[in-house]
Amino acid sequence: MLKPFPILLMLLLPLLTQAQTIVKGRITDVKKRPLAGVNIAVKGSYDGATSAKDGSFSFPTSATGERFLTASLTGYQTLEIKAVLGPGQPDFVLVLKETVNELKMVTISAGSFEASDEKKNTMLKPLDIVTTAGANGDIVSALKTLPGAQQVGEKEGLFVRGGTGTETQTFIDGMIVRNPFTTGMPDFAARGRFSPFLFKGTTFSSGGYSALYGQGLSSALILESIDLPERSSYSIGIMSIGGSVGVDKLSKDKKTGYGFEADYVNLSPYFKLVKQQQEPVVAPQNLNFSANYRLKTSKNGMLKVFFTGSWNKFGFLGESLEYPGDKEEFRVDNKYAYTNISYKESLGNGWKIQLGTSFSTNRDKLYMDTINKSPEPSHIKARQDFTQVRTVVSKNLGQFSMLRFGSEYQYDDERSALNDMHADYADSYTATFAETDVYFTPRFVGRFGARFEYTSVLKAANIAPRASLAYKLDPKSQVAFAYGEFYQKPEQQYLRFFRGLNYQRATHYIASYQRVSEFFTFRTEVFYKKYHDLMKTVPSFNNNGTGYAKGVELFWRDRKTFKNVDYWISYSYLDTKRDYLNYPYEVQPDFAADHTASLVYKHYIPSVQLNLGATYSFATGRPYYNPNRPQSEFMKDRTRSLNTLGVNVNYLTTVGKAFTVFVLSVTNALGNDQEYGFRYSSDGLRRNMVGPMAPRFFFVGMFMSFGIDRRQEVIDRQ
Amino acid sequence: MKRILFSLMAVAGTIFTVQAQSDQFKDAMKQQIMLIDSGSTWSPAGMQQLANTFERIAEAEKTQWLPYYYAAYCRVNEAFVTENKSKTDEIIDKAVLNIEKAQALKGPDSEISCILSLIASARIGVDPMTRGMKYGPESAELLETAQQQNPENPRVFVLKGQNFLYTPEAFGGSKTKAKEMFDLALKKYAAFKPESDIAPNWGEAYVKELMKQVP
Repeated sequence: MLKPFPILLMLLLPLLTQAQTIVKGRITDVKKRPLAGVNIAVKGSYDGATSAKDGSFSFPTSATGERFLTASLTGYQTLEIKAVLGPGQPDFVLVLKETVNELKMVTISAGSFEASDEKKNTMLKPLDIVTTAGANGDIVSALKTLPGAQQVGEKEGLFVRGGTGTETQTFIDGMIVRNPFTTGMPDFAARGRFSPFLFKGTTFSSGGYSALYGQGLSSALILESIDLPERSSYSIGIMSIGGSVGVDKLSKDKKTGYGFEADYVNLSPYFKLVKQQQEPVVAPQNLNFSANYRLKTSKNGMLKVFFTGSWNKFGFLGESLEYPGDKEEFRVDNKYAYTNISYKESLGNGWKIQLGTSFSTNRDKLYMDTINKSPEPSHIKARQDFTQVRTVVSKNLGQFSMLRFGSEYQYDDERSALNDMHADYADSYTATFAETDVYFTPRFVGRFGARFEYTSVLKAANIAPRASLAYKLDPKSQVAFAYGEFYQKPEQQYLRFFRGLNYQRATHYIASYQRVSEFFTFRTEVFYKKYHDLMKTVPSFNNNGTGYAKGVELFWRDRKTFKNVDYWISYSYLDTKRDYLNYPYEVQPDFAADHTASLVYKHYIPSVQLNLGATYSFATGRPYYNPNRPQSEFMKDRTRSLNTLGVNVNYLTTVGKAFTVFVLSVTNALGNDQEYGFRYSSDGLRRNMVGPMAPRFFFVGMFMSFGIDRRQEVIDRQ
Repeated sequence: MKRILFSLMAVAGTIFTVQAQSDQFKDAMKQQIMLIDSGSTWSPAGMQQLANTFERIAEAEKTQWLPYYYAAYCRVNEAFVTENKSKTDEIIDKAVLNIEKAQALKGPDSEISCILSLIASARIGVDPMTRGMKYGPESAELLETAQQQNPENPRVFVLKGQNFLYTPEAFGGSKTKAKEMFDLALKKYAAFKPESDIAPNWGEAYVKELMKQVP
């Protein structure tokens, strides 16, 4: 017979062995601060606990002998230790190390403002650029509210830290863009050609930028095109000045996307309602078309094709400054096409490659005439064909450090003709660059690079070293420094006529401090920039120009203090002088103001679905040239200080099945006088103020989208 | 004979232990699942503790999808209630890890799609202005998937109603539509039979709470 006892013993054996012991201890971070919420477990069992506020934990377990204890907490590296469990085991003292993620790591920051959705610790989001009131959806106008940029309204481009608009270059997916602005008329700034919605990342560098970019003496505007659309959609826009249609398609497997967009703008009805300073003789019209194709070739691989074409024309008749009582006419007809193809792929083992090519062609026909006066009307025909290829290879070094190198080739065919007089040239430009980001520790990074360039039109080479350092003081704040040499060819209008020129050069030194927290951002920078070999046009074309710029800048952003309000303030102090072009000696140039400030305000009222935005900009008076003064008082006069307030209102609603937004915006709402400078007749007896075509610009529009909610985008568009 | 019997008994013993372990799993799960709906755990620390416990069970079992599922559910709730928004993304990342493991074990499932939708909604909370456009439609799309996978799952309608309730009207939100969804959810709850006593069955008490906001 079987004895019941051993059987019972047998059955219960597994349970009986489960004698309970208590595991307890305390858990802290490296700095001995207690950690709460840590998940402590005996590996392979349910036994464990969550640590209390003081970092202590205690739990019973039936496990004995050699086991693994694990401790894990969000934001920390999981700890696994071997422990012998059983009676008399000592208390555990566990220490968790923080994981190093993007937020905790230092980044190269001196000189640059970045807007990105992907990176976490940027000061701006792409939306911020496009929701800025008064900018009317123009990237450059929005960036003018940031420190470092001047409020220059009579010429296109970003005038940064004592530099001219041509000293800022625009790059799309790493490749420089020839003719990034539409063709305008003298003394009126033209708009940028590229909509902010084409880009997922925008970096505005006011100096000290990477060796990957060249040919900008002062500044770089670095734009990164979007990848695949989120989903398929259709959109229609009806505006007071025109209309637009768009399609975005995303394939079912979310690997292929394509889209088209077309818009047409005609300002003549608007000009009938709102009087302009000059009389429009050719209705200002603008037709744009763009198409894109995206293919995800692998997990990290992406092929992007982008094409845009535009045509615009306008003509104005104004009072002649030279001949009082007579009229002057100016007409433009511009055609432009741009293609950009880029491909990136990961090659394994930390290697990545980026290939790109772009082509653009720009054709201008300009007509200028003082009616009934000799000389005969001027016909200007200009054409620029710009082709480039670029390769960048990168390699991860260790956990965070990285090496990048590559080269680019550009071929620029420049043709222009004034009546029958031709001035053409072609230029081959090659550049090779390398840089490395070295993380000495996760809190201390250095970037060292250099760029070699050769250009055939100057028959000259240069080597530009660049260096940046950044050190994280605490999780929110960091200090950074940058140094760099920057070279740029003289502008096309000089190269056209004279080849014996050399590169212009600028040396940058920047120191910055920034503190970025969830709702508040503070940044301050001081800089010194030295100009060498600037273009001079007197006594003849030469490279003997000099100059400097130095200053202090502040930026403050607050998204919390006032409910539903987000605002930022920027301030720039600039001290700059230069001797260039026809200047007799070093003097503060006509595009530089001593003090510049902007306030950008955004207010959302959820109960009525209204977005209100306002941008107020201020700049002290700028110098202008008065020929009636002796040479010793060159650029002595100052314009009035500039005040301007841009306002916009958006109302969100649903019309039928379409999400709809109504938009109203006004630039210079208060109608302040905008005095950019003065032009004098050659005898110096008469002068014209340089200012905008009209004190204000009104815009009303309705944008509908089907498929996905694109209303936010529309709000952002103006 | 005795020997054979003895060894049979030994086998029975192990079977018994396995059975006991399985009971231990169910008991532990039941205990924790009750805590989710109790309301006392509805705090960052409470949800963190529950998620931790489910993660321990999940890592000990490794082949059960439910502990991963509940760990993800508690993590995403922790993300919703955490006040320090700079930590939210990291917490959500943990929820994602758990739900991916659940999905690997269980395969496509309506309940899992519901959690994925919640995860997308939680991402919006970090920065509604910039993320709403991306994650709002993603969250809605995942609920459509969940509904296709199981039209009788009441949680689909709780979450749909919740999305209607918390989306501003101009972006497609509607209290009327929210109420419709909540009513529908209650009907589905009345008919819903969970696969087991530890299978997902949460939300009925919650939807009754939400209904107070849509008279």
